[in-house]
This record gives sequence, structure tokens and C-alpha cells, in this order.
Amino acid sequence: MSVGLGHYLTVAAILFTTGIFGIFLNRKNVIIILMSVELMLLAVNVNLVAFSAFLGDLTGQVFAMFVLTVAAAEAAIGLAILVVYFRNRGTIEVEDINMMKG
Amino acid sequence: MIVATLAFYVFAAVAVAAGVMVIASRNPVHSVLFLILAFFNAAGLFVLLGAEFLAMILVIVYVGAVAVLFLFVVMMLDINFVALREGFLKYLPVGAAIGLMLLAELVLVAGAWRFAPRAKSVLDAPAPPLDQLSNAQALGRILYTDNLYLFQAAGLVLLVAMIGAIVLTLRERAGVRRQRAGVQLARRREEVIEIRKLPAGGTPSGGTPAGGGGR
Repeated sequence: MSVGLGHYLTVAAILFTTGIFGIFLNRKNVIIILMSVELMLLAVNVNLVAFSAFLGDLTGQVFAMFVLTVAAAEAAIGLAILVVYFRNRGTIEVEDINMMKG
Repeated sequence: MIVATLAFYVFAAVAVAAGVMVIASRNPVHSVLFLILAFFNAAGLFVLLGAEFLAMILVIVYVGAVAVLFLFVVMMLDINFVALREGFLKYLPVGAAIGLMLLAELVLVAGAWRFAPRAKSVLDAPAPPLDQLSNAQALGRILYTDNLYLFQAAGLVLLVAMIGAIVLTLRERAGVRRQRAGVQLARRREEVIEIRKLPAGGTPSGGTPAGGGGR
């Protein structure tokens, strides 16, 4: 009955898979893709904190904090790029991002 | 104990459901709101795990800053979201296949892993007992000592992100009169004020005497 480490890992795995699924499902909408990436980072954080709690080691929580920092920076830069892209092209469709012919 | 178990299942179920709604909802504004819900419930899971500080940070940073930033961008940009949802069903099988594959792998890993026998003896920063030191205090003790350089690097990452976002979105508009502090501060008295000598008592040359001169 008691909640173990496996329960938390399961929740994190489901959230991570949801994030991956979201990237494939909303392939045209950059905003939803960014949100899916945030979901995946959240799942990773749940994993880190769960291991940290069940091992009794604080390093995992420190690590989760740095992941949080990087996620915030990533969201800020990603949305800034999105705004600039929308200003230049008038759309945010991923398939239209082809000016560099990559 | 039973309350904690119940709370775990509620938080986990709502977090997963909100995560699914993030990617499945038609309106991106709803997606952002469900993302906020997912973050709140993840924060609840963190509290259950005894990581109160991270839970509060998650609420402040994610709900207070990142999610609101998403909301702002979604509402600011005039995007035809209906057109962006075309092909939703076309991508469904591929996405579902890859997602299920990944989930199966994760389940296989989750079923087979275990802690190394000596894992408990090689802890890097053992958590002190809760009655001596709270979670935030314990985190601060190792964050500002052992991980000081990493902490500074994290601050640098945030600084670069801030500068990058400002530089990316800054634009010069034509026809806008804006204050230029540099020019204002560089003004000197000699360039702006002209001192003219007027003949004392007489009328200025070229002008007619105004009222109040001689009678």
C-alpha cells in the first residue's frame, strides 16, 4: 500500500512519454512542442527528486535545481526566437522553417 | 500514512491527466493552463517526497514565470491555430508507436533495475535528519559550499538567457521618437545657450520700443 520509488518512477515515465508523444502529435505548432519539452524536463526532475529522497542524498535535488534553471533559460530563449520568427514570417509552422535549406 | 498514499495517487493522476491534456487540447491557451496544473501537481509530489524547497521553486519559477511567459506569447501572437492542427491524426500512429515503444523500454528498465549494494555507503551529500535541519537549510548548505561554482554557472546561464532574449526581440522602429539619454547627458551649456549683450538702457537695435519705455 505504501508508495515506493517505483511509483514515482512510473509517474515520471508516463509524463516523459507524454512529452515525446506531444512532440510527434503537434508537429506543426512550435509552442506545443516547447511545452512538451517542459513536460519532459519536469518528468526528469521528478525522477531526480525521487531518487534523491529514497537514497537520502541531497545531490539529486541540487541537480534538479540546475535542470530547472536551464529549463527556464531554454523557455525564455525559445519563446524569444519564436516571437522574432513570427515577426519575420507571420507564421510559426515548423515546416516553414526552411530558409537555411537544412 | 493512508493520507500520504491517497495524496500521491491524486497528485500523480492529476499530473498525468494534465500532461495528456497539454498535448491533446485544441486551444493552446488551455494547453498552457493544463501545463500549470501539471506543474502544481508535480510540486505536490515533491512535497510528498520531502523536497519542499524544490516544490516551492517549481511553483514560483514554472507557474510564476515560465507558464505565464507561454501564456503571454500565445496570446500576443496572432496565430491561426486551426491550421496548425492539420495533420494531427496523420501523425498520431507514428507518435503513438514511438511513444509506446519508449514506454515499453522504460517499463522494462523499471522492472529490472535495483540499487547497487553499496549505493547507500557512497552518498555524496547525505541528507541530515529532518529534526535537525530543514530541507531548504540542508540544500543551502551544500549549494553554497560544495556546488558554489555550479551555482555561479547557473546564474551565468540565466544572465545569458536574459540578454539573449532581450537582444533577439529588440527592434528599432522607424518614426518613433524615443528618449536618448546619452545625447541628453552629453549636452553642454555652450552648445545650447547663447548669451547676448543688450545695450544698457537703450532699445534693442532693429526693434521698436515696447510699452513701458520712455514717455
